[in-house]
Amino acid sequence: MTNEDRQPLVVARNVTRVLPAAVPVTLVHDIDLDIFGGEVMAITGPSGSGKSSLLYLLGLLDRPTEGRIEIDGADTAAMNSDALARLRLERLGFVFQFHFLLPEFSALENVMIPMRRLGRLDEASMTARATDLLGALDLGDLVRKRPDQLSGGQAQRVAIARALANDPAVLLTDEPTGNLDSKNSAAVFDIFEKLAREDGRAVVTVTHDLDLAGRADRRVELVDGTVVSDRHQH
Amino acid sequence: MTPLALRIALIHLRARGRQTLVSLLGVATGVGFSIAMAALMQGSQLDFINKIIDATPHIMIKDEFRNPAEQPAARRYADGAVALDGAKPTEELRGIKGAGRTVTQLEAMPGLVVAPILRGQVVIRYFGKDEAAAIVGIDPERHRRVSQLAGDIRDGRLDDLHTAANGLIMGDGLARKLGAGMGDTVTVSSPAGVVFKMKIVALFHTGVISLDEGEVYALLKKVQVLQDRQNVVNRIYVKTDDVYGAFDQARAIEARFGYRAESWDEANQDILEALKIRNVIMYTVVAAILLVAGMGIFNVVSTITFEKLRDIAILKSMGFREADIRAIFVLQGLIAGTAGSMLGWALGFGLCQIMSSIEFKVRFATDLTQLPLYYSPWHYAIATVFAMTAAGLAAYIPARRAARVDPVDIIRGAA
Repeated sequence: MTNEDRQPLVVARNVTRVLPAAVPVTLVHDIDLDIFGGEVMAITGPSGSGKSSLLYLLGLLDRPTEGRIEIDGADTAAMNSDALARLRLERLGFVFQFHFLLPEFSALENVMIPMRRLGRLDEASMTARATDLLGALDLGDLVRKRPDQLSGGQAQRVAIARALANDPAVLLTDEPTGNLDSKNSAAVFDIFEKLAREDGRAVVTVTHDLDLAGRADRRVELVDGTVVSDRHQH
Repeated sequence: MTPLALRIALIHLRARGRQTLVSLLGVATGVGFSIAMAALMQGSQLDFINKIIDATPHIMIKDEFRNPAEQPAARRYADGAVALDGAKPTEELRGIKGAGRTVTQLEAMPGLVVAPILRGQVVIRYFGKDEAAAIVGIDPERHRRVSQLAGDIRDGRLDDLHTAANGLIMGDGLARKLGAGMGDTVTVSSPAGVVFKMKIVALFHTGVISLDEGEVYALLKKVQVLQDRQNVVNRIYVKTDDVYGAFDQARAIEARFGYRAESWDEANQDILEALKIRNVIMYTVVAAILLVAGMGIFNVVSTITFEKLRDIAILKSMGFREADIRAIFVLQGLIAGTAGSMLGWALGFGLCQIMSSIEFKVRFATDLTQLPLYYSPWHYAIATVFAMTAAGLAAYIPARRAARVDPVDIIRGAA
């Protein structure tokens, strides 16, 4: 099935974000994107080109000053902050350059936090799901470890497991391999590919690493907040 | 959501253990002292009121009027343009007119016990020593029902007034000053020029110096002769079953008989007002202590919110609402408030125990006494409500700020 036949999970239309200031700063300008399930999309561009800003807009952490963003067909423009939070909780997962794991919680507990917030599963089911997610990322032996007892790559994989806790349709990652060596970076990207291919999720990743970007199904390049190229690679 | 917020809140507080402990001790101090002060204040207030209620008549009818009698000319020409200067009221003999009838009518009213009194001043002489005193003429049978005098008599009995020709019951302090004792005869002189030889038939001790050194009691008839005021009484003591309704009853009696009728609470209005002011001051001090404790909580929660900005940002990116974040930090304040309050209960109870064990001598009283304490669960409840409100408000301010954190700013800053 081609993208033309499917409904996009995320739609951005004429999205512009301007920071109010004495001299207003345009972060992104007039962005149009349709993001589909099953694809890994890399956003690349020089520093300051608006990659992370676009990711935060797509992830509903920020609001566009113009244009609109739809998630699963729902226009988010009119939603209040609670509704946006609910959408993030149910449909979106984030992985950042730093793992941002809560330091006082074990790997297992970190993964269970979004599930507890959602409140759909009982304690046993949450534990089982978190254990499965960590196991699938080769962290089965480390579920009781706290973040300071994990390596950078392990912590980042726990962060990925946490992002997947509520089975989101879209995984948004911001330089997820920025603090990892090449081996760990490749392993993390393998996970992204698997999540897209096997689970049908959309994975959007901001990266400086052109090798990894080259592995993505689709690459969007930004310059000065504007999309200068959007091409499918495979 | 709540168990997770509670768990995060507890973890945050534990991570700031020493600071949390200090703020918690601040709350405990406020609550503990509030409980102890309230027990002491209410205890002393009730003790004082009970003493008044027990020791004095609930209502005292006096041979005077609340407002001076209006001049006939002023009554006749109320709206007249003529001013009267230098009008002298008719001199009236003091005393309650028709006291016997008044006493009978009062006794017919349900719940009232009545005793007529004639009170005057005398000088008592005993072997060259003179002491001024108030002499109270009583009917022992009636007086027993309105006064604690019978219970305060240490030597002799109230009825012994009937056994001697001129019997006198004297405060033990006055007897000591005169150097007189039981069975001794003293010379009693009134302002009317009448002099009696009177025999001390009983000694009383109230513990109040002004009474023990300044009052004597004799039969009403004897005092009327001594004061040269035959058949006159100038006070009627009334005891009522409804102690706290005494004010209204006094008003009704005054309206009916015309004479000034003062209830115990009206007679002691200035002191009762002072007690109220004292309570306001006490609660203000306690509120100030709890305010300081609240600042401690504000400090610890503020520090935690500042330290946990990254956690807040990531929780928000996961889908936590502002209310969820706010709950985490308000809970921290409430946990400190709850734990501090519970410690404060123990502290307050301990302080009460210590205070109740202290004995000391009060100036102007002759006995050793203990601090009067009143134990009430309300003291604990009120202090806790105060503390929890202070803790909740103190935590709410940083919690609100934390909830408004923009995750993008934090994540960008960390990257």
